Amino acid sequence: MIHSLFLINNAGDLFLEKHWKSVISRSVCDYFFEAREKAVEPDNVPPVIRTPHHYLINIYREKIFFVSVIQTEVPPLFVIEFLHRVAETFQDYFGECSESTIKDNVVIVYELLEEMLDNGFPLATESNILKELIRPPTILRSMVNTITGSSNVGETLPTGQLSTIPWRRAGVKYTNNEAYFDVVEEIDAILDKSGTTVFAEIQGVIDACVKLSGMPDLTLSFMNPRLLDDVSFHPCVRYKRWESERVISFVPPDGNFQLMSYHISAQNLVAIPVYVKQNISFFETGSSGRLDITVGPKQTMGKTVEGLVVTVHMPKVVLSANLNATQGTYNYDPVTKILVWDIGKLNPQKLPNLKGSLSLQSGAPKPEENPSLNIDLKIQQLAISGLKVNRLDMYGEKYKPFKGVKYVTKAGKFQFIRSAIFLSDKSYRIATLCTISLIF
Amino acid sequence: VSAAPSAFSDEKGGSASEPEYGHDPASGGIFSSDYKRHDDLKEMLDSNKDSLKLEAMKRIVAMIARGKNASDLFPAVVKNVACKNIEVKKLVYVYLVRYAEEQQDLALLSISTFQRGLKDPNQLIRASALRVLSSIRVTIIVPIMMLAIKEAASDMSPYVRKTAAHAIPKLHSLDPEQKDQLIEVIEKLLADKTTLVAGSVVMAFEEVCPDRIDLIHKNYRKLCNLLIDVEEWGQVVIINMLTRYARTQFLNPNINESLLEENSEKAFYASDDEEEEDKKAEPATLAKRKPYVMDPDHRLLLRNTKPLLQSRNAAVVMAVAQLYFHLAPKAEVGIIAKALVRLMRSHSEVQYVVLQNVATMSIKRRGMFEPYLKSFYIRSTDPTQIKVLKLEVLTNLANETNISTILREFQTYIKSMDKDFVAASIQAIGRCATNIGEVRDTCLNGLVQLLSNRDELVVAESVVVIKKLLQMQPEQHSDIIKHMAKLIDNIQVPMARASILWLIGEYCEHVPKIAPDVLRKMAKSFTNEEDIVKLQIINLAAKLYLTNSKQSKLLTQYVLNLAKYDQNYDIRDRARFIRQLIVPTDKSGALSKYAKKLFLALKPAPVLESPFKDRDHFQLGSLSHLLNAKAAGYQELPNWPESAPDPSVRNVEVKDSVCAERTVLTGPEEVPTRVKCSSRKDRKEKKVEKPFYSDSEGESGPTESADSGNCESDSGSGSASASGSDESGSGSESEESGEETESDEEEEDEEEEKKKRKKLDKTKAKKQAEESAERCTIHTIHQISCIINFDQFDMNKITSVFSQTLAPSGSIKMYELLHRIKGEGLAVEYCFSRQPFSPEPNMVAVQIQFTNNTNSETKNLHIEDPRLQSGMRIREFAEIDVLAAGESVTVVMGIDFCDSTQAANFQLCTHTRKFFVSIQPPVGELMTPAFLTENDFKKEQGKLMGMNEILEKLTLGEKCVNEHVIVERVTATANLSRVPCGSDKECRFAGKTVSSGCLVLVTVTTKEGGGAQLTVNCEKMLIGTMLVKDILQALSQ
Repeated sequence: MIHSLFLINNAGDLFLEKHWKSVISRSVCDYFFEAREKAVEPDNVPPVIRTPHHYLINIYREKIFFVSVIQTEVPPLFVIEFLHRVAETFQDYFGECSESTIKDNVVIVYELLEEMLDNGFPLATESNILKELIRPPTILRSMVNTITGSSNVGETLPTGQLSTIPWRRAGVKYTNNEAYFDVVEEIDAILDKSGTTVFAEIQGVIDACVKLSGMPDLTLSFMNPRLLDDVSFHPCVRYKRWESERVISFVPPDGNFQLMSYHISAQNLVAIPVYVKQNISFFETGSSGRLDITVGPKQTMGKTVEGLVVTVHMPKVVLSANLNATQGTYNYDPVTKILVWDIGKLNPQKLPNLKGSLSLQSGAPKPEENPSLNIDLKIQQLAISGLKVNRLDMYGEKYKPFKGVKYVTKAGKFQFIRSAIFLSDKSYRIATLCTISLIF
Repeated sequence: VSAAPSAFSDEKGGSASEPEYGHDPASGGIFSSDYKRHDDLKEMLDSNKDSLKLEAMKRIVAMIARGKNASDLFPAVVKNVACKNIEVKKLVYVYLVRYAEEQQDLALLSISTFQRGLKDPNQLIRASALRVLSSIRVTIIVPIMMLAIKEAASDMSPYVRKTAAHAIPKLHSLDPEQKDQLIEVIEKLLADKTTLVAGSVVMAFEEVCPDRIDLIHKNYRKLCNLLIDVEEWGQVVIINMLTRYARTQFLNPNINESLLEENSEKAFYASDDEEEEDKKAEPATLAKRKPYVMDPDHRLLLRNTKPLLQSRNAAVVMAVAQLYFHLAPKAEVGIIAKALVRLMRSHSEVQYVVLQNVATMSIKRRGMFEPYLKSFYIRSTDPTQIKVLKLEVLTNLANETNISTILREFQTYIKSMDKDFVAASIQAIGRCATNIGEVRDTCLNGLVQLLSNRDELVVAESVVVIKKLLQMQPEQHSDIIKHMAKLIDNIQVPMARASILWLIGEYCEHVPKIAPDVLRKMAKSFTNEEDIVKLQIINLAAKLYLTNSKQSKLLTQYVLNLAKYDQNYDIRDRARFIRQLIVPTDKSGALSKYAKKLFLALKPAPVLESPFKDRDHFQLGSLSHLLNAKAAGYQELPNWPESAPDPSVRNVEVKDSVCAERTVLTGPEEVPTRVKCSSRKDRKEKKVEKPFYSDSEGESGPTESADSGNCESDSGSGSASASGSDESGSGSESEESGEETESDEEEEDEEEEKKKRKKLDKTKAKKQAEESAERCTIHTIHQISCIINFDQFDMNKITSVFSQTLAPSGSIKMYELLHRIKGEGLAVEYCFSRQPFSPEPNMVAVQIQFTNNTNSETKNLHIEDPRLQSGMRIREFAEIDVLAAGESVTVVMGIDFCDSTQAANFQLCTHTRKFFVSIQPPVGELMTPAFLTENDFKKEQGKLMGMNEILEKLTLGEKCVNEHVIVERVTATANLSRVPCGSDKECRFAGKTVSSGCLVLVTVTTKEGGGAQLTVNCEKMLIGTMLVKDILQALSQ
């Protein structure tokens, strides 16, 4: 399966190589560099590159290309998913997955890669198991290790490896037993100029931080599970119980993990928290234009919209903007042609407005395209879908854990898109990201 | 030693400075000092301190990671292969695997360490020794590797067995001649019942012998059932393999539909002259048109993979999706769409692969993705390659009903800054226009508007697309052609210019006035044009010459002359060819007569096809599908068979029970046949069932003989000590297998939950259970009917077997509860009736007999004040009001002993007295018979390995001459039922503990000369140990 792995930074330096079978010369990466050059943007490098004798499957993450070399047929997603898992493991171990952290911890990286693949086939990819085999570096431990010469490597087989719940390590002990769940939601919507929803859906994830002793068996139930249209689970979740009872029953891994992700489709009513009135026009003569944007609350369920930021991608001919904001500050970057208006808290009594003139490159033709709009926002204590956690039960252990769900709105994207040629209608794309918190 | 601090600092600043040059800047690039530059490392490796060694190894590994050559350190590193420090050892392994291929002779020095490691009591060390040994690519050690793999394949630790599975492809790639032996190991490991091994062995199967489908038959159902608990990567491999397997073994579930479609089409278009043909074809279709019934195994696969669509792992979801696409009935394929759409929110690389597959699927099954149309709308932030793929999917999904929405969406895309994407959008519009007749004019109009776009690229692409569209109905659009002819002055993109020229040439009759003028202009600029444009100018000239030679003769001559001296030989060739063809000379051949027909033939309109059409002959989700070319090692997806192969090949149980039946039925007269049958089975079973005993003596014969003496001695000691250590069981293993117990419990809990709560699943599960129960009863009925037929034929023997299998043995032992003297005339005895205690199924029924030996009545007999261990419960018998003198009465009470042999203490009260009494159950009474098939038995036994298994050798007592005595003794000792078994050397019994329902499996294997071996598998170790003691005693009496 996976023959070799090369890590390449954005500048094209190959800074780590690992081979699981015979050594493959790093010159194979020339094909990758060629594709990289052709693609201009790193996003556009094709994930699968064919060379005369090998196939290169690569991912781009945290400004690093993970390039794997394949010789025979293998499902490409298998490799891609695995490479992402490698990146996630690095993130988990070193706090971030960057070139410098990988270089600083090259020995641990090597040990990890050695454990994760055997002969190119994944061996141990669960973070709980890996952490028993190779302990993550901490300042304290690296100090102790240098003094005592003890090692970071476990001597016995992680117990999880043998059980049917490989994701959890055995013998977990905490003095404070606690389980926290974060419900994070993101709305993706397209609105037309009149503000009606063309398309809206909600993506959500439930992130968990579970620190419970022993082998707890948890059951999480929702007040309104029918809302969830499509779900995907961490392997610890018992699929069949979800199918039959709509509860999430699982023996959790120890620590942080993503329990599930879900999707609420456009069929259900998706509340759009804000509306935008915008008028951007360019004059035929005089190489100037006008801009007028107003933002107001729509369906906020009585919560305050915070952290409101409007971003406008201006056409290339716009040289500068002379605007006046009733609230917040604005900034126009003439190089990237991006106008950022940081509004902050949305006051329903006094709607924020940004108004003024734009000056265009003289002589240049009037831009055809209307600029696109992005909006970031944040709503505290609201799950925009209305999803509510009902209760969390624990079986299998005797102690009483402290349980909690957080509801915090973190960030959001609100994207205005395009105008049509044949029929001119305009649409907006909105995304909000909500995290909800509550103690139950 | 002095190097240590600097080494440390080097490690810290590893990225900036290069450690190997670190503290001796002079040594840099000079070759002679190359040897010196690692001196400090060598020194550190030779030191006694582990910390120094570790530091040195870390620096060496860092060098390897950066691709620096560290091979000259090989001797110094290899010395440390036996280092006690586990991290040093691991890093040495890393080094060794990297360089062993280059330094084969030196690498051999380390082999003995691994051979020792293979026998280590710690399974992690055993496994890693095997891993490294098999990763060293040195051909000389192939026999040693083979031996090690075989041994590890029967290791008691599933982790080691998994490693053995991983080692198989390694050895295969090193020496393909070992294939046959490796297949044997694969076969053995395929029979393994642990989820840990399943994925790895299927991987090995795929790499070594993917065509040996026959190895899968017996394991098919097991793999389906284990699938959900296998780790994610294993799931992908297994699902892909099973897809191929199912294609060879089952019938096409859509066969009737495709026939129906054919038929309806025929009915629609059928004309009279076709009738005859129809008649011929009819019987064939009718024969085929048997009502399709899905093989239950086919259904099993679909059912067991479906929940995996919810996996977080994109590869697993994709694997299930392709399985459904290739195997499921049309009506069921739809469920994968939602899951695939979900994957589109993942990383862009995942999106890329998924979209490729969706594009292929959407051609075949358009309806499936239609509800998710909007999910394929393009976002401005998508990378171009994703945008183009989404466009492809949208185009494939377009039909009469949604075309207007899709077109509106496309129109917005044309405004994008991303030029490649704009070009793709215009092409997509063109494809929609060709596919859907109703919108062709709208699209054409829109594209014509685009011709006035300011962006040249947009215009050029539109020209190309318009050209293709116009070819479909040129008569109506001469004004568009005129418009385009005007564009030739401005457009610079060669492809667009070429397209316009071709159009004008092709339809020069529609624009008779403009065409010669265009040629005139082009002749002027001929030398400055691109090659494709030049070719089209020649074409245009030729066509004009044929239709309008008066106006264009000279121009054509001129152009052809220019072309004659062109730098490009294609153009020179073309010019020469055309001149010969169209300009009449004396030498011109017969062809020139037909020049007009050649050039102005009616050309079929181009079909704008998706590049993903027919890509589904590659297995979806595969690399080959993505590349649209066969990758090395790709296994073709076989076509459905015409008629289903024998489904019974997968029938593990039925076959066994048939065999068992034979054994029961055949009497002593037929001994020879029986022996034959069972001995064959015996051999088979030994392999499958007992992974604990390395049968290296038997299997490794040929390889050993080829080896050097050193190896031989090793292998000998290897097998001996391996089995020894396995039996004793080291501390670390016992811990781990303890864990296993927990997880098994967990599994069982889950199963219980299933039964209790799952309504949907319940019916399915019930069906399955019923099926197996049915099979079981059919089997017994069969047996019984046979018994009736053979009534006088050794009846005693058979009935005795039966009475023991199905009912507890007749002689029930009575125990004394209260002696008549102590009880002042009241004697109380009890026995374990072995009947289920109906009010509470998890209580043991205790039958109590009161005998009143006094001369007076005893009244109000009842129980009081039970003192029980925590968890234990008693269900008292109803109070006996009066027990007349000399009479006796029997009552039944239930006690839940919680599967322990702790006594239940209570007071037995009469109207006058209280007696303290206690009931202590023998361990054998804490269980009830469980009825398992042989296969279930093996399966369950496979789950109860390690600490849960107790093995004991014994010498059978004098009276234990045949299996019937053994059966009698065992069932008398413990309340177990006999499990049918093909071998006459083995007796198997199964039961469940009463209160917790844990399985208790007992196997007695007799050997020559009165020896026997007793195996007890039980999750409750205490019960197992005590049971072993009791049965031992019973058998050795």
